[in-house]
Amino acid sequence: MIMAQKTVLRKPLGFIDVYKHKPGAEKDRTHYCPGCGHGILHKLIAEALEDFDIVDRTIVISPVGCSVFAYYYFHTGNLQVPHGRAPAVATSVSRANPDSIVISYQGDGDLAAIGGNNILQAANRGENMVVFFVNNAIYGMTGGQMAPTTLEGQKTTTTPYGRNVKTDGYPIQVCEIINQLTAPVYVVRTSLHDMPNIRKTRAAVRKAIQNTRDKKGFSFVEVLSMCPSGWKMDSVPAQKWIEENMIPRFPLDTFRDISEDTSAIERPVPVMDPEEVKRILEYTALSDSNLEKNPDAAFDRVAVRIAGFGGQGIMSTGIALANVGMEYGYNVSWLPSYGPEMRGGTANCSVKIQADTIGASECTEPNMVIAMNQPSLEKFEKILVPGGALIYNTTLIDIEPSRTDLKVYPIPITGIADELGDTRVQSMVNVGAFAAVTGMFDPGEIENLMPSLFKGKSGEVMKLNEKAVRKGYEYVKENFS
Amino acid sequence: MPRKLMKGNHAAVYGAILAGCKAYYGYPITPASEIAEAASLLFPKFGRTFLQAESEVAAINMVYGAAGCGQRVLTGSSGPGISLKMEGISYCAGSALPCVIVDIMRGGPGLGNIGPEQGDYNQVLKGGGHGNYKVIVLAPNSAQEMCDLTMLAFELADKYRNPVFVLTDGVIGQMMEAVELPQPVTELPDKSEWAVYGTADSRHLINSIYLDHDDLEKWNRELMKKYAVIQKNEVRVEEYRMDDAEIVTIGYGSSSRVLRSAIAIARERGIKLGMLRPITLFPFPVDEIASLADRGLKGILTVEMSDGQLVDDVNLALGGKMISDLHNRMGGNVPSALEIVENVSELYGV
Repeated sequence: MIMAQKTVLRKPLGFIDVYKHKPGAEKDRTHYCPGCGHGILHKLIAEALEDFDIVDRTIVISPVGCSVFAYYYFHTGNLQVPHGRAPAVATSVSRANPDSIVISYQGDGDLAAIGGNNILQAANRGENMVVFFVNNAIYGMTGGQMAPTTLEGQKTTTTPYGRNVKTDGYPIQVCEIINQLTAPVYVVRTSLHDMPNIRKTRAAVRKAIQNTRDKKGFSFVEVLSMCPSGWKMDSVPAQKWIEENMIPRFPLDTFRDISEDTSAIERPVPVMDPEEVKRILEYTALSDSNLEKNPDAAFDRVAVRIAGFGGQGIMSTGIALANVGMEYGYNVSWLPSYGPEMRGGTANCSVKIQADTIGASECTEPNMVIAMNQPSLEKFEKILVPGGALIYNTTLIDIEPSRTDLKVYPIPITGIADELGDTRVQSMVNVGAFAAVTGMFDPGEIENLMPSLFKGKSGEVMKLNEKAVRKGYEYVKENFS
Repeated sequence: MPRKLMKGNHAAVYGAILAGCKAYYGYPITPASEIAEAASLLFPKFGRTFLQAESEVAAINMVYGAAGCGQRVLTGSSGPGISLKMEGISYCAGSALPCVIVDIMRGGPGLGNIGPEQGDYNQVLKGGGHGNYKVIVLAPNSAQEMCDLTMLAFELADKYRNPVFVLTDGVIGQMMEAVELPQPVTELPDKSEWAVYGTADSRHLINSIYLDHDDLEKWNRELMKKYAVIQKNEVRVEEYRMDDAEIVTIGYGSSSRVLRSAIAIARERGIKLGMLRPITLFPFPVDEIASLADRGLKGILTVEMSDGQLVDDVNLALGGKMISDLHNRMGGNVPSALEIVENVSELYGV
């Protein structure tokens, strides 16, 4: 008997000629078992890449599972990735290299179990990639455990009594799920169990790869594939098993093909030029003023706690004070209370304005409190340092402070804002009052800063807020000097 | 100097833009969400990628992909999200992929709360993910440093082909300060030797599989060598009022800001208090801390917002020559300057 000599005329250029990454001596053949479908699918892909002359531009994402070593074979860029995450990795690879053809190659455990969300979301975003989903109804690499696509009653090493749908659920039909989404352009299920179906798979592989080359978006090719080792069968019965058992559960179909009607995805070119970066970040509009500090100011440093109801402009009062302080060349910090409190009820923030470096940003022992409502007065009055300044909103607070060692500034803050016609300007009434109490800021300079404090707002808004600053400032000057 | 008032979280995004970061992949979580929000606002202005991932796990794997393609790439999160990212971080370290991860620590364990804490220290520094690896960890304590150290993080990530953490807490992330914006980087490093660009010359393999035990051990030893170089070359500390200090405090992030205030109060009371602030947590300032034992100090006090995670490393560095005391707060509480000074007085009789 003459032994047939194995002759390989030529591998498709999509394959590496010698599988250099593969350990061991057998660098000319795959690690897949005899009768396995992976080798067939690999070859269909490799041929298509050659035929379309895109081997150079292709990047293959190898998953976890039997195809974890797909990178042994494809003469492309290769990334091996964590279990289930191939679509997430393929997403950023595709975004980083918009002209490349990104292939996410996954098995059923990887794609439909641990990576179930990742595949749905990549499909839903319509990422420009092709996903080859090898469905063999079992975990091959780990030795034959149940997959999400394992059939009803099918015995695996983790369903030794057969898959019980009452406890293990039903086989997941992934194409049907993907087809519920709007974005995918091509969704198809084929099989590798005989030559006619291999030919159909070949056509689907080529169509999907062309879609990706043409930047049409998300193409999904589910391929029913033999796993004789996992199924504990010979190769031929395995092919028959697909026909008799898998196809009834996973019907072969083109679920969607809208690639013809879909335009190519365009991705922007990143701006990296430093001058352009500075222009976009508006470097020229950055604060560069160093306003003259008032040497006779009553305060040379302020740690102020501003508190009230949410919606009373607490945070914006603090940010405005910090911004003005910065324009005077002070070191400034602003810290919000960002707990669940911010969802309503009370809000407070800490602002520090001082010449030297700021330590803690929370004002635990403030020398000023601005209390916009009664609970805030009661809470924060207690933590003021002796001799500290207490500004409080008499429009909403009808009690007197209990401490007698403070400088108190009862001001109808909300009332002043309402008189100006807009309650929201109470923040700037506060800023005006702060300027007068501390002597640190000049109201005229604050007016000059309006364009930067109210960037993008109308002239009317600025005018109104200018008035608010004046009113707050004058109220203090007239009543407490 | 030109400056802008901004939150620490925003400053990290500015730092990333200035460092030439091309992509942000992230998932919202308090108190780190402003990082994703700022990135969603800024990155598209530069034609760079912002993508809100479906999960923390997806986000770090997107980072893996972008890094594998040679991009400078950023993600940000907080404790629970960092836990989820850990597998991906191990893959990044195992595949020698440079990337930057910002962790704005919140209260834990579990869902904990959204207050500031430093309880992710061990998770970030001691692995968290599986296998033998380390990440470089930078610990900013101001909005300015959130910008500057994020830029440095990208530089170190590329220099060592390693993930780098910017590790801080909710206070530093949420606080607004004036930030002087540095000049953008003019040149990005060449990664053509290993990155995958989808071109004929870049048919590289990004991978962390070494089936052969000897091969993997060899790779582990190479990583160990790399970490030793990082330990030797990249330690950064800030010393504050150390010249005449008789008692030294050690803290990073928010605690170091409080320590600055505590030192001011202590000095007014005639207590010679100083501070050694680790700016890099890995590499940990082992030599700098070890040398404290030879200064004849009255005491060393580690101040942290976690359950003694930092003080363990301090004491390891001290090597038994001295033992650092611990002052810690947790649960979202920040120590006050006054309570620290009072504890110093009590502990050391000053």
